[in-house]
Amino acid sequence: MDKKKLGCWLFFIALFLGPLYLTEFRLALMGKFLCFAIVALGICLIWGYTGILSLGHGVYFGIGAYCTAMYLKLESSNGQLPDFMEWSGVSALPAFWIPFSNPVFALGASLIVPALLASMLGFLTFKNRIKGVYFSLISQAVVVVFVTLFVAKQDWTGGTNGLTNFTTLFGFSLASPLVQIALYMLTVIILGLSFALAARLTNSRAGRVLSAVRDGENRVRFLGFNPTSYKVFVYSLSAALAGLAGTLFVLQVGLISPAMMGIIPSIEMVLWVAVGGRHSLIGAILGAVIVNSAKSFFSETYPDIWSIFLGLLFIIVVMFLPNGIVGAFESWNEKRNKAKQKGGTADAADSVVS
Amino acid sequence: MAVVITQLFNGISLGSILLLIALGLAITFGLMNVINMAHGEFIMAGAYTTYVVQQAFSHYVPASLFNYYYVAAIPLSFLIGALLGFILEKTLIRFLYHRPLDSLLATWGVSLILQQVARSIFGAPNVAVTSPTWLDGGLTIAGAVLPYKRLFIIALVTICMVSLYLYLDKTAAGRKMRAVTMNRSMASSLGVSTKKVDATAFAIGSGLAGVAGCALTVLGPIGSTIGTYYIVDAFMIVILGGIGSLIGTVFGALSVGMLGTIAEFWSGASMAKVIVFVAIIAFLQFKPAGLLSARTRSLE
Repeated sequence: MDKKKLGCWLFFIALFLGPLYLTEFRLALMGKFLCFAIVALGICLIWGYTGILSLGHGVYFGIGAYCTAMYLKLESSNGQLPDFMEWSGVSALPAFWIPFSNPVFALGASLIVPALLASMLGFLTFKNRIKGVYFSLISQAVVVVFVTLFVAKQDWTGGTNGLTNFTTLFGFSLASPLVQIALYMLTVIILGLSFALAARLTNSRAGRVLSAVRDGENRVRFLGFNPTSYKVFVYSLSAALAGLAGTLFVLQVGLISPAMMGIIPSIEMVLWVAVGGRHSLIGAILGAVIVNSAKSFFSETYPDIWSIFLGLLFIIVVMFLPNGIVGAFESWNEKRNKAKQKGGTADAADSVVS
Repeated sequence: MAVVITQLFNGISLGSILLLIALGLAITFGLMNVINMAHGEFIMAGAYTTYVVQQAFSHYVPASLFNYYYVAAIPLSFLIGALLGFILEKTLIRFLYHRPLDSLLATWGVSLILQQVARSIFGAPNVAVTSPTWLDGGLTIAGAVLPYKRLFIIALVTICMVSLYLYLDKTAAGRKMRAVTMNRSMASSLGVSTKKVDATAFAIGSGLAGVAGCALTVLGPIGSTIGTYYIVDAFMIVILGGIGSLIGTVFGALSVGMLGTIAEFWSGASMAKVIVFVAIIAFLQFKPAGLLSARTRSLE
């Protein structure tokens, strides 16, 4: 157990020291992947621990990113109308854009708006006991709704192009390498904190109720708990994590568009968690980093076969690795321990990462 | 008046295409409780089959017979769709019964692969299928023009519906299928081979998607992503209609078609989709189990 804790610490320290051994290009990629890892943490909480498969996390990621992007856009427009609004013939800033000129409001909104939206949607569906695949399919319909809205309301959101061309954050140039390194480190710290929060939650009493909801919701209800409030809570928490990741993403990548929150990105997010191991928080992080590294490698070298590879990955993970890489590693480890000494006690069950 | 008739007609027309797609899903979803995300790619397979048949007819068959390629294309699309569905069931789906969420992810992978394969074979740009000349023109009723193409689709869907009803209600195989839908373990202990029934049902559902793809070719050009455009709508219709109820699916498809065309008339195509989905989600607040659903006292 301590070995695993030590491993996690080493992992995060290695990530934190990334700027020392990664080139600028690789560092930028890694920063992006770590944002995705934060989303993966949220999905792991809701899918692996609570058993709710959401195919709509792209929306929360996107909304978080848009909230921050609106602030960045206003700051880089120097008090004038953002360029895309001029192109679409808007004469005055829409009312809902005005508060986003305040960075505190924008950053807060990038957390709170996804969480509020998720709690609303979650409350309505979970209260009516819509669950399992029905919830998954409805969350997918929500993605279609939001992507269509964001594309259609071109004069408010920049349409298909999304929001881009940012210059500064709090007066610092976003293009400077130093700012990028600082943002990378900030991402690692936030990822570490989110991981600690999620690990704490899953080891707490509430976390046990969540796993109980996954394994037998009706029994939980009969025992006097209200599964709805637990589900709504964890769903909004994971949406807030996705929104947070969106903020960090847009700061580092400098672009957010509806294509990044659509059906395919949303389902890819689930794949990261499935590959890493849906019952393991560290697995979710590893999965996000590994799948995205593979994606950038394959789409750089063989763009045509990337989607075939992605498809195969879905099938292989579901058929042969239902608990992902971490699950496979754990069962292999267990087997080895058993073979080595039959009397040894392997208590992998109550560790941070289990 | 003409506007009302046109809108009503367009609603029925859109609804009937959605119905054909959703019926296949309703069968597999209701019967086996697996989510087949690759269903949309069976639509694509049917559409490309029609394209290939049309190309073959224009190259190897006397021009006077070209108009009849569609007659060959419809059953072929059904067969290709059914064959793909059968293969998918035998190789993948049958390992994933009782794991609906996993079946969703695995079939999503299949759909990505099939799309890429189609892109490699037919190229990335959409291809247009020349529809037979006997589908040109339209019927004029009270000033409104009803295109023959859409009338033809409605007729095709009606034929599919009636044959499906006859199959499920009048044949032994169909009755077995209904028995398995209602109570799998009881049917199995009475000697129904559920494996065979599952494979047949999956093939029929996929074949219907193939026919839907064939029908879509007369409406516009087709491409490798044609299925993704309809798949979310089709799933929402199945949920709206109520699981395991084919009649519910019919009502669901027609109401989504109607609402969709009315919303499109008022607010444009993209907002129509938003309005329809929001309306469905709102509707599920009142009837979480859908329009028509088997009443049951069981908990899960």
